[in-house]
Amino acid sequence: MAEEEAVKLFGTWRSPFSRRVEIALKLKGVDFKYYEEDLTNKSHLLLKYNPVHKKIPVLVHNEKPIVESLVILEYIDETWKEGFPILPKDPCQRSHARFWARFLDEKCLPAIEEACLRSVDREKAVEEACELLKLLENELKDNKFFGGETIGLVDIVASVISCWLKAFQQVAGVELLTKEKLPKLCEWSDEFVSHAVIKGCLPPSDKLLASLRAHFETVASKELCT
Amino acid sequence: MSKAEVILLDCWISPFCMRVKIALEEKGVAYESQAEDLFGGKSELLLTSNPHGKVPVLLHNGKPVSESAIIVAYIDESWSSSPLLPPCAYGRAQARFWADYIDKKVFDAGKAIFMSKGEAVEVGKKDFIEIIKTLEKALGDKDFFNGDTFGFVDIIGIAMTSWFPAYEKFGSFKLEDHCPKFSAWIKRSWQRESVAKVIPEAEKVIEFVTMFRKMMGAED
Repeated sequence: MAEEEAVKLFGTWRSPFSRRVEIALKLKGVDFKYYEEDLTNKSHLLLKYNPVHKKIPVLVHNEKPIVESLVILEYIDETWKEGFPILPKDPCQRSHARFWARFLDEKCLPAIEEACLRSVDREKAVEEACELLKLLENELKDNKFFGGETIGLVDIVASVISCWLKAFQQVAGVELLTKEKLPKLCEWSDEFVSHAVIKGCLPPSDKLLASLRAHFETVASKELCT
Repeated sequence: MSKAEVILLDCWISPFCMRVKIALEEKGVAYESQAEDLFGGKSELLLTSNPHGKVPVLLHNGKPVSESAIIVAYIDESWSSSPLLPPCAYGRAQARFWADYIDKKVFDAGKAIFMSKGEAVEVGKKDFIEIIKTLEKALGDKDFFNGDTFGFVDIIGIAMTSWFPAYEKFGSFKLEDHCPKFSAWIKRSWQRESVAKVIPEAEKVIEFVTMFRKMMGAED
């Protein structure tokens, strides 16, 4: 098998979960073959590799599938040990990184979605989302990145804030990530997206905006119909 | 090692706390359990140690670790005897996947059974059994999810089964009739001292869940 074929990634161009795996692979310098999935018509390979959730991203390494983005990130870190470290070595610091990665996915993202999609009680939803983002911001302390001097697990997972949240709030007309409300997080975001590897891994913002606008219109028209 | 080096902010009925206690027992780590009154008023220590203000929180030499699955991983990484995860990266990824599946599905599905009434109970029961069947398939013919030895996924899963007697009562079913292999795994896991020591008696769990569902407004 060609070296590139040994590592395959099934994802979509606009999924933050898919892009975070790309970021990790590129930081580690791992060659891989990328397969773009059409989620309205999932490939038989995707369904074969992820029969339980039928979702992207899926990493396939030597024909063995690994699914769930946070699980994949840890797998990448443990498999390509000599490359760029994603998780710290100290067990206590590792547990903190895992905690904030989960916090992002399980608390921040649903709150952000609520704030952007909800039409009733929107102000309250925005306030709640901001409070959660403030908790996250506090974790930066005086560091450049959540990982300290260099990018780590939480930075990679938080890529959703530096790119997707900005697009979301533009389309929804909502103000979440602003310099007034979250100055340190804004600073982190600017630093993060200017990193050489990260720059190449994020979706083009105009394409993402157009795609989100279409998505919002579909959601809004569904609400009108119910 | 003095007991006070490892403190667990705990609640006897929480399956998430049980996971941590089982892991500590498996590793032979001495610890002090500090009971939290989740309904009466959480301690200052809990509220400052965990941004979510939830149990369990493990304090190791004063440093807090939160989220039960993350705590169990921390315990495994800090005390290297009797490893809970397989040695290879792929095996570990599989274990983390199933732990995540259990986390996302089991408790909510069980809650849907005892919080519902009428037709919704049947729907809840069906969903719950489907989830357990998926886990049963993952278990296959192995003794434990970890293979020959009791490990990470077994700990994450067995603690959740502490509330199964309540689901069976309110859903009027016996899991054994639908998922015999999974039930056999439960019995096999109960033979372990750590599990038998930590998981409360079924009657006490049923009593608590009966009170809890009433408190949460579920009507009969």
